[in-house]
Order: sequence, then structure tokens, then C-alpha cells
Amino acid sequence: MVDWQPVYLSIKIAFTSVVIVFVLGITAAIVMRRLQFPGKAAVEAIMTLPMVLPPVVTGFILLLLIGKQGAVGQFLDSYLGVQLVFTPYAAVLAGTVVAFPLMYQSAKAAFRSIDTQLEDAARTLGASEGRVFLTITLPLAWHGLAAGVVLSFARALGEFGATIMVAGNIPGKTQTIPLAIYFASEANDLTTAGIYVIIISILTFLAVFGLNTWAGEK
Amino acid sequence: MLEVAIKKELPDFVLDIQFRVPDEILVLFGPSGCGKTTTLRCIAGLDKPDEGYIHYNRKSFFESKESIFVPPCDRNIGYVFQEYALFPHMTIRNNILYGAKSAQEENQPLFEKLLELLKIHHLLERSIDKLSGGEKQRVALARALMARPQILLLDEPLSALEETTRLELQSEFKNMQQLLNIPFVLVTHNWEEAQFMGEQIVFMDRGKKVERPDYFK
Repeated sequence: MVDWQPVYLSIKIAFTSVVIVFVLGITAAIVMRRLQFPGKAAVEAIMTLPMVLPPVVTGFILLLLIGKQGAVGQFLDSYLGVQLVFTPYAAVLAGTVVAFPLMYQSAKAAFRSIDTQLEDAARTLGASEGRVFLTITLPLAWHGLAAGVVLSFARALGEFGATIMVAGNIPGKTQTIPLAIYFASEANDLTTAGIYVIIISILTFLAVFGLNTWAGEK
Repeated sequence: MLEVAIKKELPDFVLDIQFRVPDEILVLFGPSGCGKTTTLRCIAGLDKPDEGYIHYNRKSFFESKESIFVPPCDRNIGYVFQEYALFPHMTIRNNILYGAKSAQEENQPLFEKLLELLKIHHLLERSIDKLSGGEKQRVALARALMARPQILLLDEPLSALEETTRLELQSEFKNMQQLLNIPFVLVTHNWEEAQFMGEQIVFMDRGKKVERPDYFK
């Protein structure tokens, strides 16, 4: 009998990560589009790093930060009494960090493809910067942003290396589908592993297919 | 009266221009890349001059000495672009109504009047990519005027159009200025157009106002 817990947990974690990444990725793309500052190229490179670094390295760095001895970990523990490591929140953090560059890059490309004259036209028609963004920039960037959401969701759903470093493999608590696949195959339970492989493949397919269809109709 | 006296450093030269426009059409005439569009963008607030001032009827849009810079959305200055800049994701009706400030009922008379004057009533339900260049520019003009601007800037609005449409729209723009009685600043590098449209012509070269070249006398 298949345990559905990893499936629910994976969807919850991937969904939460995507919501966070959507806001952060778009905000970062807007800030980087508008501001010129020294060291911009370095900031840009750092934001792209989680996409090219091995996930286990990203996980290790995160562990250093949020672990008991880490700067963020100590802060959270002493001021809020919260411990992130080996909780589902750590899995969300891992998913968010690895998916962020995909959303950021998609948003950046989507905003870059917009004719700035359209935004200028809206400004001369009396639109505030907020209205320009909501009525011109965002709708015109929609296709690119939707692609970013799909890629980020798929990336967060399949995250393994960073997740196992910071969230561990606690069945019922932090065990996501990729972890369940790995530990089932290690225990030679190929049937369970195979079922999870099929489930995650269907989920990823549905996400890509569903959003593409929706974006295509818009 | 629109009064402009601005300086702005551009990559190849310094834009340094002064002119005054009463409620008539002033033409900025000069070769491509001489700073005409930048001048319009500064008046609209889309670019910021390095120093100088832009006043309209005692109101300051820009005043470097007092660090005044009014953002474009608060200037109420219409801008018609060469490439129309219609919003591709909106219907023609929503394009025209984008800048309308008051409630729908109050807008209706002006909306109807613009549709009639610019002969675009039949276009309302069409999609933007089904319009000809001339139709697009008529819609763009209607959209700019629907915001009830106190100044209208026209950046080579007719240069992408073929001859017949261009001549037709020249007259319509001129009639519109007489009807509204507000300052129009038109940028062009077409001499016939400048002569036909401009009650005042400012010759520009490399960012400066120059004497009328002999060729155009």
C-alpha cells in the first residue's frame, strides 16, 4: 500500500515555495531592472548561483546558516525559540532557494521583452507607477511569468539534495517524494519507488500541461 | 504658455534648448538624433534634464534650482508616439479610456466626440493588430486627448504612414489643435509637414537651436 503522506507533503512544500519564489523573483527582477548600483553583476551572479551549484552544496550552505551554530539558526532560536532544521519549513526553504533563480530569470526575461514605450505611454496618460505595473507590465509579462511558475514548481517538487541536508528524511514529517523514492530503492522496494516515480511524473506533467494550456488561452 | 529652457548631457553632445509655446503648434525640426525626442521626453517627465526649467502657466514641472520634478503621471501632458504605443492586450475602447479621469457618464460626451471627429467609431470592436497605421494613430490621438491634456506632444506621429494618410492626418491634427486651443509640440524631420503644421518652427542641430538653414529659406 502506498503511503500518500510524501505526496501531500511534496505538493504543500512545492506550492508554498512557489508562492514565496513568485513574490521574491518578481520583486528582485523589478529592482534589478530599475536600479543601477556598483556590484550589480555580482549580486546578479549570487542570485543565479543556486541554479548552477550542486543542490547538496546549496543544502550545506543553508545548513551552516540555519543550523544550531549558524548565524540565522542562533538568531531564530534565541529570539523566537524556533528551530528550522529537520522541519518541513526547512524543506520549504530549500525548495525556495533552488527554485528562486528560475523564477527570477523568467521574470527578468519577461520584463525585458516589454516595449518600454508602452509603460511610458501609460505614465503620460496619468497612471502611477503602481498602476503601470499592474495594468501594463504584469499582463504583458504574463506568459514569461507563467513559465517561471511552472519551472519553479517542478524544480521545488523534485528537490532532493538541499532538502535532505536541511530537512532530513523523517517519514510523515519531512519525507518528500524524491526522498521516498531514494530510500525505497535503497531498501530494494522497487514497487513503492516505481509508484512514486509515476506519481511525481504525472504531477510535473499536469503542472506544465495545465499552465501552458491556461497561458495559451489567455 | 509653455516655457522650456533645459540642458541635458547626451552621449554625443549637450542638449541646450529654450523656447516658448503659446496655445499653438510649435515644430521642433531637425535631423535624426539631434535631441528632438529627448526634448519631448523631458517636457513629459519621462526623462530628467540636468538643469533648467519647464513651466506651464506659472506652474513648474521642472525647476533644477528648487529641485522640483513633477512625475509624468501628474503633469497632464499628452504624448503621441511614432509607433503608436497602443496597449496590445486591451481592446480599442479600453485603450482610449485608459487615461480618462472622471466617472464614466462624464466621459461619454468627450468619448463620443473624439470617435466622431477622428472617424474611429467603427473600429471600437476590432483588435489592434487588424488596424492600419493611420487608424492606429487616430486611436492613439483619441487616447491621448481622452485624458484631457493641457499640452500635447507629438513625436513624429506621421512618419510611419504613407503619403495620403499623412496629409489627411496633418489636417486633422491641425483642426484638433484649433479646437482644443492648447500648446502642441510636434517633432518632425519632414519639411513640408513642418511648414504646414507649424505656427512656430524651431530648427535644431546637435542639441542646439540654430538659425533657419539657407536650404529652407
